[in-house]
Amino acid sequence: MVDASHDGNDLITPAAVEDVELYHPHSWWTRYVFSQDAKVIAIQYACTAIAIGLVALVLSWLMRIQLAFPGVLPFIDADRYYQFITMHGMIMVIYLLTALFLGGFGNYLIPLMVGARDMVFPYANMLSYWLYLLAVVVLVASFFTPGGPTGAGWTLYPPQAILANTPGGQQWGIILMLVSLIIFVIGFTMGGLNYVVTVLQGRTRGMTLMRLPLTVWGIFTATVMALLAFPALFVACVMMLFDRLAGTSFFMPAIVEMGEQLKHGGGSPIMFQHLFWFFGHPEVYIVALPAFGIVSDLISTHARKNIFGYRMMVWAIVIIGALSFVVWAHHMYVSGMNPYFGFFFATTTLIIAVPTAIKVYNWALTLWRGNIHLTLPMLFSLAFIVTFVNGGLTGLFLGNVVVDVPLSDTMFVVAHFHMVMGVAPILVIFGAIYHWYPKVTGRMLNEAMGQLHFWITFLGAYLIFFPMHYVGLVGVPRRYYEIGETSFVPASVHDLNVFITVVALIVGAAQMMFLFNLVWSLRHGREAGGNPWRATTLEWQTPQTPPVHGNWGKELPIVYRWAYDYSVPGAAEDFIPQNQPGTLGVTREAVA
Amino acid sequence: MAVVLVLVAIAVGSVLFHILSPWWWTPIASNWSYIDHTLVITFWITGAVFVAVVLFLAYCVWRFRHDPGRRAAYEPENRRLEGGLAAGTALGVVVMLAPGLFVWHQFITVPPGAAQVEVVGQQWLWSFRLPGADGKLGRAETRDVSPDNALGIDKADASALDDIVIEGGELHLPVGKPVKVLLRSIDVLHNFYVPEFRAKMDMIPGMVTYFWLTPTRTGTFDVLCAELCGVGHSVMRGTVVVDTEADYQVWLSEQPTFTQLQAQAEPEGLPVPAEMAQAPGER
Repeated sequence: MVDASHDGNDLITPAAVEDVELYHPHSWWTRYVFSQDAKVIAIQYACTAIAIGLVALVLSWLMRIQLAFPGVLPFIDADRYYQFITMHGMIMVIYLLTALFLGGFGNYLIPLMVGARDMVFPYANMLSYWLYLLAVVVLVASFFTPGGPTGAGWTLYPPQAILANTPGGQQWGIILMLVSLIIFVIGFTMGGLNYVVTVLQGRTRGMTLMRLPLTVWGIFTATVMALLAFPALFVACVMMLFDRLAGTSFFMPAIVEMGEQLKHGGGSPIMFQHLFWFFGHPEVYIVALPAFGIVSDLISTHARKNIFGYRMMVWAIVIIGALSFVVWAHHMYVSGMNPYFGFFFATTTLIIAVPTAIKVYNWALTLWRGNIHLTLPMLFSLAFIVTFVNGGLTGLFLGNVVVDVPLSDTMFVVAHFHMVMGVAPILVIFGAIYHWYPKVTGRMLNEAMGQLHFWITFLGAYLIFFPMHYVGLVGVPRRYYEIGETSFVPASVHDLNVFITVVALIVGAAQMMFLFNLVWSLRHGREAGGNPWRATTLEWQTPQTPPVHGNWGKELPIVYRWAYDYSVPGAAEDFIPQNQPGTLGVTREAVA
Repeated sequence: MAVVLVLVAIAVGSVLFHILSPWWWTPIASNWSYIDHTLVITFWITGAVFVAVVLFLAYCVWRFRHDPGRRAAYEPENRRLEGGLAAGTALGVVVMLAPGLFVWHQFITVPPGAAQVEVVGQQWLWSFRLPGADGKLGRAETRDVSPDNALGIDKADASALDDIVIEGGELHLPVGKPVKVLLRSIDVLHNFYVPEFRAKMDMIPGMVTYFWLTPTRTGTFDVLCAELCGVGHSVMRGTVVVDTEADYQVWLSEQPTFTQLQAQAEPEGLPVPAEMAQAPGER
């Protein structure tokens, strides 16, 4: 074997398949609306996700107002409160976070980062977005039906989800929710297959798997997981739809509802919970792994240092992805399932803490002896580490079966999952938007607005969710329209609720400034140039900024090195792009 | 510099908040202080890790912040360091998990001789059933629920006739005696939640679930529902009173049996035999 460090070209195999011409748009409609360009589809996904996310943000305001000032907004009755929490949760988890990370960042970054011209199945990719949009429209439609949207809680547990005493249970709400999820899964499958096949088959010459940026590893692994996990949600939705519409009893045992025997019998409510969480737990990592990947690249780029322990980081992503399929019942310790499951699921759950902790160490060690530029992406990355570590550590309470018993179904759980899969991934999304906006638009986002946005969002979110753990520790249950007079709840808890609500209103308002910045900077932002962060990965090396359809001009880039050659000793610049040949840095197949 | 100060403030502030905040769990009223101990161990281990990571970040930002001429080090991997950190984390996980699993084993192992109490949930009411003189709860089925038999007790089961039925009232428990709480629902999921007991468990229509505890102090405690059960979820309240043995017996003697309730519901029915109408405490 020739020593590759003498000639980076040695390991570049000739192209196996000839470059195929893309479908080029002929009109405004096919260029901007029914586009098959992954970059346009990414923007469509992102705009739709942000728009529906705004709805969920307003819903969170309304429920926080109810909790702090019960009755001050008379239209928030118990029905509406439960509808708000349900729609807030479902929108944020599925229609915002999943869609934005995979449909948004996945579409934009995968082809550019692996050196492809587009996704491998552009037409299916386009359909994926339109099905996603349809799913959102169906979901929103439920707000305008008689009875309104479902108020079953985002977990949609039967039997109550399809009974009359739950808002939307015997009306349109639950039906539209289930139909919307089914459409979402179908649409996602089309996109997901695309992302997986593009990463496996669409990489340019020299881009080995172990040279992929961690962003791609995170999105790729999350997509594989989603393709395995979403079918469980799909069948659960189909079965519940049958129970609701056709009178079957998949999840419905014998029930007496308000004194009347229902025509159901023999079904198992717990079976739904197993199906739901078989999807639901991997879903946490479907959101987290892209965030892990992206934040790794942000930290490395803005600390001008290679990511520490790249191979360990890749394996940690893969191992977390695999383990996350055998921990689902930690959401069900007090569900009444066989209590002996507790031993197994507590053990697997705490094992997953080890690869997760390794990722945190490696982010921190990447900063060590770095050259830290406190840019907005770096600030958001630091904030992510703080909130993710905080939320991850409280997961050790809830994962450790017996400690979970007093805490489950309390506000502690709400605080935990918001910190770890709400705030932390969204901070990464913000960091990523500040990082890649110059590539998408050619202009920088406004720095002053960004700084204000960062500080309000980071400190505000921490002030909301850190004290909320203690509300749960006192014993206040989640999903309570009103805690009212309860002997064990001191009056000071109410003061804390008022504080949390006021901060939540401010943090929410700060997001409007962020949206304004997104629009304002389109015209007024500073010109960015092709590679403003002096980054190594391929998306910054495109001939045009923003990249045009087809991404690369005449010749596809050839990759000679890993994605993290920052501050290589002896190199003139403090970064060496992946497509630059040479003998310095990590140019072999794997890190030596 | 602001970033460094804020990071330090977050680490220090979080610990101070934990120590100084007035918000802490309610005084325990059951034997599950082991759960509290495990929780406190977890607080200190995770708290130490949190403070260490955040302060390390603060140090890095302070020490390695960009200034003209600085160049980052180039160190792709360090196997010894990575292996050591992984091993240390694994050790910490074991220290938290081992006591957790040990206590969980106790939690799911009901001591022999524990008394039995049944809690029945429905939208949005708590009912209770205690075994009568025979010490056994009779069979019950959701299918048997009717207006005059709210808990669906099987009238054909002899051991059910003397069961004591409390519809929507208070549950009393004697202090210091282990009790297995059997949980049943006739409509949707509920969760029998008394914060002072620490234990809780979902109630599922079509199944009987359970937990056990030994009440350790007398008092009156709120019962809440901890599993979303429809629009009245937050008003589904009840009361548990932990009594001394003597008070408990007085209370027990005042409660009607299933047979007595049936007799009240059917005024034209046959008179109930005197010895069956007697509550066990009166004998």
